[in-house]
Order: sequence, then C-alpha cells, then structure tokens
Amino acid sequence: MIRVVLPYHLRNMARVEGEVQLDIDGVITQQSVLDELEARFPMLRGTIRDQGTHQRRAFVRFFACEQDLSHEPPDATLPAAVAAGTEPFLVVGAMAGG
Amino acid sequence: MSGVRVLVGTRKGAFVLTSDASRKNWDVQGPEFAGWEVYHVKGSPADPDRLYASQTSGWFGQVLQRSDNAGKTWEAMGNKFEYDGVPGTHQWYDGTPHPWEFERVWHLEPSLTDPDTVYAGVEDAALFRSTDGGQEWEELSGLRGHETGSSWQPGAGGLCLHSIILDPSDPDRMFVAISAAGAFRTDDAGKTWRPINKGLRSGGIPDEDAEVGHCVHRIAMHPSNTDVLYMQKHWDVLRTDNAGELWTEVSGDLPSDFGFPIAVHAHEPETVYVVPIKSDSEHYPPDARLRVYRSRTGGNDWEPLTNGLPQENCYVNVLRDAMDIDTLDSCGIYFGTTGGQVYVSPDAGDTWSPIVRDLPPVLSVEVQTLP
Repeated sequence: MIRVVLPYHLRNMARVEGEVQLDIDGVITQQSVLDELEARFPMLRGTIRDQGTHQRRAFVRFFACEQDLSHEPPDATLPAAVAAGTEPFLVVGAMAGG
Repeated sequence: MSGVRVLVGTRKGAFVLTSDASRKNWDVQGPEFAGWEVYHVKGSPADPDRLYASQTSGWFGQVLQRSDNAGKTWEAMGNKFEYDGVPGTHQWYDGTPHPWEFERVWHLEPSLTDPDTVYAGVEDAALFRSTDGGQEWEELSGLRGHETGSSWQPGAGGLCLHSIILDPSDPDRMFVAISAAGAFRTDDAGKTWRPINKGLRSGGIPDEDAEVGHCVHRIAMHPSNTDVLYMQKHWDVLRTDNAGELWTEVSGDLPSDFGFPIAVHAHEPETVYVVPIKSDSEHYPPDARLRVYRSRTGGNDWEPLTNGLPQENCYVNVLRDAMDIDTLDSCGIYFGTTGGQVYVSPDAGDTWSPIVRDLPPVLSVEVQTLP
C-alpha cells in the first residue's frame, strides 16, 4: 500500500480527504505512483505533470522521507519506506506566492 | 418567470449571480473552484444549463470544467490541449523565435446550436474545438498556421486568443482576436483564416498599418447585423461594416480611447458600450471616475453613464472579457472590475448598482437570459 499526500487544491479536485492509498504491483517509482494516481483520479491528469512528456510541472515538488525527490529520474526507485507504506509520498505545491 | 444568470470568473474562483427580471435582488453562489483563477465561464446558447469553465493555476495548470445543471455540480473534462503537428515558433517579446507553449484557456465559446461543441481560445494563441462536451480537444491549426503566425508577438498579458465570435447567419464564418496579432476571420468553418486588420493603426509597432501585430483587446457583434463589428483596440475604438475588410476609427469624443471591453446593446445594433481607461501606463479610469460610455450612433458620439458608479477615488480596471449584456426587453448591461465589484444596469446604462462589491478581481462576466 502506497500512501500519497496531495496538496489542498488537488485533494479538492480529486474529492478526497486525507491521504490517498494506492495498490501498485512491481517497482515503486515516481512514474508508477503517478500512473496509478492518475488512473484512479483522471481529473488529476495534467495537474502534476505534463500529459504528453510526463515532465513535472515547474511549481510541483515531490518529497518523501525528508528528502526532495523532485529532480530524481521518474523511473528511480522510491525509498523503501514509501514502498512499504510506512512513509507517504508527498506531492507539494511549491511556495511561490499566490 | 424570466430572469438572468451572471457567470463571473475571478482570480480566486467562479461565482454565479442570479436574479429575476427585475434585476434588483440577487442570489450569490460560490466560490466554485476556490483559490483557482477562473478566466472564463460561459453557458451554451442551445442548453442554458450546460456551462463550461476554464480553471487555471500557476501550480497545477489548466483544468476544464463542465456543468450540466447550471452550476450546481461540476465535472473536470479533458485538459489535453496539444498543438497540431510540430508547433514551431512565434516571436518572443525581444523579437527572438520562441516555441509555442500552451499556458491556459482564456475564452470558451459554446456553439450556437450544439451543447457538446465548444471552442477554446488559448495562450499561446491558438483555437481548439471539442465536439464531445469538452472531453477531447483538437486544434483548428489553420489559424496558427497562417503565414504570419511565426511573426506573432505577445502583448503584455501574453500571446492570447481572447475573443471568439460565431456568426449566427453563417455557420462557416467565425471571428477571433489575438493580442498582439490582431483580428482574423474564417469563412470555411475554421480551415483557413486571414487577418482582417486593414484600417487599424497602432503606434507601438514599426509599421503602423501592418497586416498583423495589432493589440486588439476585444471585438463585438450584434447578431442581427453580422457584417458590423466593433473593436476596442489597445488604443482606438473602431468599427467595420464589411466583416473586417476595412475598419474605421469611431473613438470620437471619448475621454480616452484606451480600454478593454466593448459590448453591443441587445436590441439596438448601433448602440455600443465601452469603459475608457486612462492609458496603457495607468490602468484606471480617467480622473478616477468610473464611467461607461454609450454611443447610440455606432460610434463617434459618446455619452458618459455615471449614475450609480463611483465618481471619485476610483482606480479599478475592467478587463476585456468582463462586460456583457442580457436580452430582456429593457436591456441589462453588466461589468466586473479588478476591485471585485460587479455592476448591473437594468436600463441600458442609465442607472447602475453593484450586485456584489467585494469579490476577488473579476476576470470575466457572462450573462445568460433565462426564459
């Protein structure tokens, strides 16, 4: 069970409260997590990463286990604690005013 | 009993304002999409309960929303706006080539006859169409592919396609306007386009009479007289009597011919409204007095409309998509300001009152006249 924490606006879009829990087979990567997240919540497509290139949107960050994983390759394995479900994968809207 | 529904897009969400035909007592619903910029909300002329909304965010990009029940509930539709083919480049602010990059939907124009068909004007300037209620979007790339496309340059607000007019007398004819490329017309349902900017003169470009490069802020048309268009340009108010073949300046005695919106009375095709703004350097009303100007002669002769509008210390702006009309017997005029007020005049501009005073900055106002 992968735990994902979405920022406020995306929780509203997806109509969820609290964490999202995902069942994913295979290697746990940014890409596999986001693929499953978007499959379950199609309204999130394009809000975290580009729909065509899968490039992360500029003001979105990925954190886990007190690390900024935003610049890691999308197919890099996420920390074992995320794969084990003991730590969440955080999708964060960058602090950039507003 | 007839009434009106006013769809308001703001910097921090959308609001729906409703009233009966008296337009005195208003119900305010919202914010929808709280915290998001809502550039535009518009209803289908073929089904007034079908609404489309452009919801955008610097963080999370473009979301396209649809309601099938007049805004009670909304569903996110498709938001994949991909340029057709290899997008190429347009000119950047400094004159260098810049790749076309989708930024947001500025304007949504539902079909006059089919609730599932809707056009989207986007930044960087292009026209998209959906024929399945907003799920899939396809670029009408003949516009951006015009031979001048690579020379288009953004205005201060971006290279945006902000105005779309569907000709009710000819389903193959459409008009669009782009800042800062100019106005364009298609006569074959969007396959091919040509600039219609003859007669425009713009001091801010090297060749004042160039075919493209004009910062058109807004165009408007009366549905009964579709060869006549009115334009609020960056500077100058203009009209054409031949569907854009030639424009004539009709700024006349306006205190300033800079401004953003322009609208036409529902029942009087020669009655036009603008909101003069002091200048492109100072985006607020001349003399700090908020005045709508009305011409009953299709331009040139203008009268200020001030009854109920602030006449001192007023420093708001009225953006290009933030004025509209209703079609009740006594035509209502509506506009929203960057100060968060939405004003209504139920008597064609003679008297005004605020519907709401303290919304976030208003980006767009669309009015539906309900049976």
